[in-house]
Amino acid sequence: MVPPSFYLILSAILFTLGAAGVLFRRNALVMFMSVEMMLNAVNLTLITYSRLLANVEGQVFVLLVMAVAAAEVAVGLAIVVAYYRHKETADVDEMDLLKW
Amino acid sequence: MEMVLFFILAIVAVAAGLGVIAQRSAVRSGLFLLVNFCCLAGLYLLHNAQFVALVQVIIYAGAVVVLFLFVIMLLGTEQAEESPDLRKYHWIAGLLLGPLFLIGILWALIPVGTGLAPAATEWLQALAPTDNVREIGAALLTDFAIPFELASVVLLVAIIGAVVLAKKRLEG
Repeated sequence: MVPPSFYLILSAILFTLGAAGVLFRRNALVMFMSVEMMLNAVNLTLITYSRLLANVEGQVFVLLVMAVAAAEVAVGLAIVVAYYRHKETADVDEMDLLKW
Repeated sequence: MEMVLFFILAIVAVAAGLGVIAQRSAVRSGLFLLVNFCCLAGLYLLHNAQFVALVQVIIYAGAVVVLFLFVIMLLGTEQAEESPDLRKYHWIAGLLLGPLFLIGILWALIPVGTGLAPAATEWLQALAPTDNVREIGAALLTDFAIPFELASVVLLVAIIGAVVLAKKRLEG
């Protein structure tokens, strides 16, 4: 029997890894991957509580989070593709079109 | 048995997560991300959330990672070099701030988890195989009908947005 706090600790570790990835990588695609990892860590927390509280609503929320994550990936990757077409780079340090 | 599976999946998931952020090649990061998603699907199965585990494999592993790999290979950004002098300071800051952030999350999360300990008997009962697809479907179409419909609007907007953003602008 795994105590529920183990799942919570695991999801905290995964969330921290995702946050670190967003902060320390400069490749826009890898940053998106890290955001996905953070969303997955939150999903694991939701499912843990769904089981702990013995109701199904946590899993419903996970499905909605997945829908938002899919939308985010589609739009985010479209932005990266459009930017790359202009500037030939996916490095966020060089993305300064909106900066004066 | 659950303990053994949990530790295998947890260790592989954390190792794959480290791989995602430590690999210099974006393709390898994407493949590590795939491993991470599959481990999380396994953890969902341990939680008796079969439907979510399948959706995880189909949507994340099947669609999201493939989309990432398509874009990486389309753009050819896998060799994008990051400036090494900046990276060094980034990693020092990361080693200091990452654990601090982790402690902050755990400090907030663990008391809540242990405060719910009286529900531990239900935690045991939840292991019994139940047909939760039916329950999820019922919840989605009754209590969560409005968020469910809003999710479809979000997806539609995302489709249109992706097409508009990614298409070549017509000149003149």
